[in-house]
Amino acid sequence: MGMIEGHIAIEPPSGVPIWDIDPYAETVLADPNAFYQELRSKGPFTYIPKYAILACGRYNETKEVFSDSTRFVSSRGVGLVDFKLAEPWRPASIILEVDPPDHTRVRRVMAKSLSPKVMREKAEVFQSIADEMVARVVAQGTIEAVADLAEVYPTTVFPKILGMKELNARALIDYGAMVFDALGPDNEIRRAALSVQGAVVPWITEQCQRENLHEDGIGAGVYTYADSGDITPREAALLVRSLLSAGVDTTVTGIGNLLFCLAENPDQFEVLKQNPQLARATFEEVLRYTSPVHSFCRTADIDTDVSGVKIQEDTKILCVLGAANRDENHWPNAASFDITRQVQGHLGMGAGVHGCVGQNLARAEVGAVLAALLNQVDRIEFAGAAKWRPGNSIRSLASLPIKLTKKGTA
Amino acid sequence: MVRFIVKNENESEQIFESQPGLSLMEAMKANNIEGVVAECGGSMSCATCHVIVEGNWLTLTGEVSDMEDDMLDCTVTEREPASRLSCQIELSEKLDGIMVSIPEGQL
Repeated sequence: MGMIEGHIAIEPPSGVPIWDIDPYAETVLADPNAFYQELRSKGPFTYIPKYAILACGRYNETKEVFSDSTRFVSSRGVGLVDFKLAEPWRPASIILEVDPPDHTRVRRVMAKSLSPKVMREKAEVFQSIADEMVARVVAQGTIEAVADLAEVYPTTVFPKILGMKELNARALIDYGAMVFDALGPDNEIRRAALSVQGAVVPWITEQCQRENLHEDGIGAGVYTYADSGDITPREAALLVRSLLSAGVDTTVTGIGNLLFCLAENPDQFEVLKQNPQLARATFEEVLRYTSPVHSFCRTADIDTDVSGVKIQEDTKILCVLGAANRDENHWPNAASFDITRQVQGHLGMGAGVHGCVGQNLARAEVGAVLAALLNQVDRIEFAGAAKWRPGNSIRSLASLPIKLTKKGTA
Repeated sequence: MVRFIVKNENESEQIFESQPGLSLMEAMKANNIEGVVAECGGSMSCATCHVIVEGNWLTLTGEVSDMEDDMLDCTVTEREPASRLSCQIELSEKLDGIMVSIPEGQL
């Protein structure tokens, strides 16, 4: 059997629609909603010849595949490369790219390090920095929200919470892009992201070492589990690397997408101003509506079937979370941004044992920014066209010109 | 169907029904029961689907895993001996009639 993009090229299963499309084409990534819709309409699974994979985008099947870590494993990679057959570009993650029972032990360490309790203890840090930064951009009035707020807040607060001694915002952002873009095919996006490897990876590896982490931060906290023997020191370093991989690009995207949604839907910002208790639900709706992580793969580890479709062992399945989050059969009026909807169960943070372990950190960061906006801002409006940045697994903004009107001046 | 009962603060009781196989959290969300947030959707990450299992039902709800135990230490309303995360209780025939109460705060 042949290989393609580092995995086994399966034949189309009988009865499954075949669709000659590139889900990683820049045109699709920049404006994916039409792709999402057609993917859902074709059936529970679609065969994509370009990569010899299956793709799913209906809510039920996507959730089933994504959360069943027994049949659909992560240990063979969550991108197109099958780690059973080809080398990953970096040593595999010991939390993302692993399955139970090995996964359970390290997940527990990370879950404790990033627990809701830890975030509540650090709430003051999140809020004070957010208040200050939002005040600065409100004073500017018209801003480029990606560079001026979405990037600067996480790259300031995250190293602080983690306890990093050295600061390098660019390296953190570039490393995040590298990790997420590497999950796609060997396309221009992936090559561009990996091209700065030489400059970024050694710095990242260095920052994962214990001596480069302040004692009171989350990073050094992970190392205490090496002292107690729950994990090895090497595992501690790899878990800190996971924090650096997944902790920045994602929240940058979360904040940018939040601002986009509020500018695009001023009526919803009004609803929120009247009902500030909807702030947490607002971010969940941003996750559903924009799906910052638009897709991850799973690999079938056995012959199985889902919704009557036979799936053979070794099949790479592209789980299009963005499509599932817009499935009309699950979400009434899926295409509208509605902060009052029942949004629980969205796949914006994944699902099951691999559900985002940093989600409390993401909520704390975005929640602090949103609270600051509600305190200080009366109106959020587009001040130019928003530009999306095509990413192989993340959908974020390249630029977002907006105008912020200070409270009390309208 | 599996019945489950939610005991309210004023001691009144409400009976709901669900298909077996769902988690108690999913069944409560499907019935729009207030007070359960379940932000993470069942990944044992958020500790916002906290319930207190009433009467003698606790032993029938099964073992608390280490991960759930860690998360129960993170609930906003302090845990009690009969505290569980409702996402970790699978509704089955043997739990038909289970009664729980919902703590005051989840966030």
